[in-house]
Amino acid sequence: MEDEQNFSDICGGRLALQRRCYSPSCLEFCLSCPRITLRSLTAVTCTVWLAAYGLFTLCENSMILSAAIFITLLGLLGYLHFVKIDHETLLIIDSLGIQMTSSYASGKESTTFIEMGEVNDVVINEAIYMQKVIYYLCILLKDPVEPHGISQVVPLFQSAKPRLDCLIEVYRSCQDILAHQKATSTSP
Amino acid sequence: MVLKAYFPTCCASADSGLLVGRWVPEQSSAVVLAVVHFPFIPIQVKELLAQVQQASQVGVTVLGTWCHRRQEPEESLGHFLEGLGAIFSHKPWFQLCRERGSKSWSCKATRWQGPASPAASGEDQVMLIFYDQRKVLLSQLHPPAALPDRQAGDTTASAGGLAAVFDTVARSEALFQSDRFDEGPVRLSHWQSEGVEASILVELAKWAAGPVCLLLACLLSLVSAASACRVFKLWPLSFIWSKLSTCEQLRHRLEQLTLIFSTRKAKNPAQLMRKDLIGQLADALIPVADHVAEELQHLLQWLMGAPAGLKMNRALDQVLGRFFLYHIHLWISYIHLMSPFIERILWHVGLSACLGLTVALSILSDIIALLTFHIYCFYVYGARLYCLKIHGLSSLWRLFRGKKWNVLRQRVDSCSYDLDELFIGTLLFTVLVFLLPTTALYYLVFTLLRLLVVTVQGLIHLLVDLINSLPLYSLGLRLCRPYRLAAGVKFRVLEHETGRPLRLLMQINPLPYSRVMHTYRLPTCGCHPQHSWGSLCRKLFFGELIYPWRQRGDKQD
Repeated sequence: MEDEQNFSDICGGRLALQRRCYSPSCLEFCLSCPRITLRSLTAVTCTVWLAAYGLFTLCENSMILSAAIFITLLGLLGYLHFVKIDHETLLIIDSLGIQMTSSYASGKESTTFIEMGEVNDVVINEAIYMQKVIYYLCILLKDPVEPHGISQVVPLFQSAKPRLDCLIEVYRSCQDILAHQKATSTSP
Repeated sequence: MVLKAYFPTCCASADSGLLVGRWVPEQSSAVVLAVVHFPFIPIQVKELLAQVQQASQVGVTVLGTWCHRRQEPEESLGHFLEGLGAIFSHKPWFQLCRERGSKSWSCKATRWQGPASPAASGEDQVMLIFYDQRKVLLSQLHPPAALPDRQAGDTTASAGGLAAVFDTVARSEALFQSDRFDEGPVRLSHWQSEGVEASILVELAKWAAGPVCLLLACLLSLVSAASACRVFKLWPLSFIWSKLSTCEQLRHRLEQLTLIFSTRKAKNPAQLMRKDLIGQLADALIPVADHVAEELQHLLQWLMGAPAGLKMNRALDQVLGRFFLYHIHLWISYIHLMSPFIERILWHVGLSACLGLTVALSILSDIIALLTFHIYCFYVYGARLYCLKIHGLSSLWRLFRGKKWNVLRQRVDSCSYDLDELFIGTLLFTVLVFLLPTTALYYLVFTLLRLLVVTVQGLIHLLVDLINSLPLYSLGLRLCRPYRLAAGVKFRVLEHETGRPLRLLMQINPLPYSRVMHTYRLPTCGCHPQHSWGSLCRKLFFGELIYPWRQRGDKQD
């Protein structure tokens, strides 16, 4: 069962939330970030090359131009492989755990899995981000020493940064599964 | 309640039989380790499981039945499989079923209340998680970085789940020894059924490694016994050994070789062995030494004049300047005397560079130390002179105020001096004060030069430390066999049909390189400077000598 909705992030860019329900106990949310635009790419390339031309007229060394080309190419490759996240996925499996995957624009994926035994709760928190106050979804991890304490806060969807309406959708589904998991785990 | 069944991917194509594995009640999960094929005798299966349980301390039992159906369903098999549930009683009893040639699996887990009331048995939902048995067997799970306030002795209770699965598979080696192609009473299917890993070269290497290692161990023990003999402990040999960083490196290398033979940090040391390169190096050394000496002479001439516009005390200036110039003259003559032999010495010394780049760097560091020996001497002279002056000044200053240092009580006491004592003391005080700028300037200049040389040597030592502590084996393992070092797992949902159980694929998430470096960093030589910045500045101000690379715990000279 799959459905897709459109939301916006804190800066106004368009996000698409895809929700897939494999079974009552397994749910997947895929949030795709705004793509890299031609305008920003052209702007960066023009800036770099103008700077290179400026240096070239000062130094009369043509190595600067080749260096500028290399820098642009390598910079773009590095940006796509290490910085630009294409979409973020959240997979919740009842009684197993929660998995977060970030896929980069070059295809690289980085995954983190948190076991259900370590999860205390999933909540929406407020934070001060630069000059704004934003909402973000986070997982609270249990403290092994203190039974009701919290040892760590793991924020979700950090590069997509959706707004509250999108977060509420995800939050409701997560809470359904967590409640079901808590109910069945306390029963013998 | 959702039950989890961890199923090895290698058994997905095996014939029908019994599922053998471990049931973890806290996680409600069953870890399937192998499949026992028909025909079998239940007594023998139970015996084998008891043996494995004793050998590996893992509670291996029969968990259920596995049915790999052909096109036409066999009802007799179905009844037979259900009857097995009565022989091997286990709660819950799993019945996994797969149609041959299709991807549809079905799974039932029943809890028998007893043969008399089968209607009361409850069925639970099952989630199938596939895992690669060989990779999970070889992998080592690294827990996430511990929080600072967690005690070291805490074994986390929440490390259950996945750690239990990895642990179970890793410890059940005894179960994987016999295969379905072996002639034993019980035929098992597990990861070895895919093809026992063997390569002729690997086997030969394993056979040959034994005697080779033995031979090398004997040689190394001879060498270390020779180096530990009493002759080398006598002074002055022991003094020289402790001052040369090359000997430290050689000792470190010897230790490493004795420990593991294959750790050769060879960065193509053959480059250094080419004769023309050595010749070029030797030819380059003499002019460099000459150049350094010439620059020092210029520096001294400058100091003897009016350096930076300051007015020096003429007589003292001339004395110190001439003394240092004579010293440089001696040094230059010595270098020129040695020049024909430098090349040959360097070649022999360069032989030891076959033990690695770190030894070559240490040799470089020692060559720098030897070439700048005159700077070290100047620093010592200047520092001692300055130190004496400062002590004299402070003692005479106390006399000026009518106080004295009490050595017995280690404090400053008042004291009544005679008139002539006061008179001479004041005179000496003024003399020393007026000579202070000259001495201080010489001290400053030579201390800066010495610190420069120490910085260069320090950088070389840092580089050597870095190379020594680089965990090459772990990095290579992370590069070539990433599943061996696991930071965690990742799940992928496989094709799902409604009505069928949920199927997941569990893959190993390898450790990131930064954590590999952090966890497996080798112990370094421990060449950390023992001074803090504050004590260093204090020593510099009072003219005490600095020994930068002395280890903590060495006795002071």
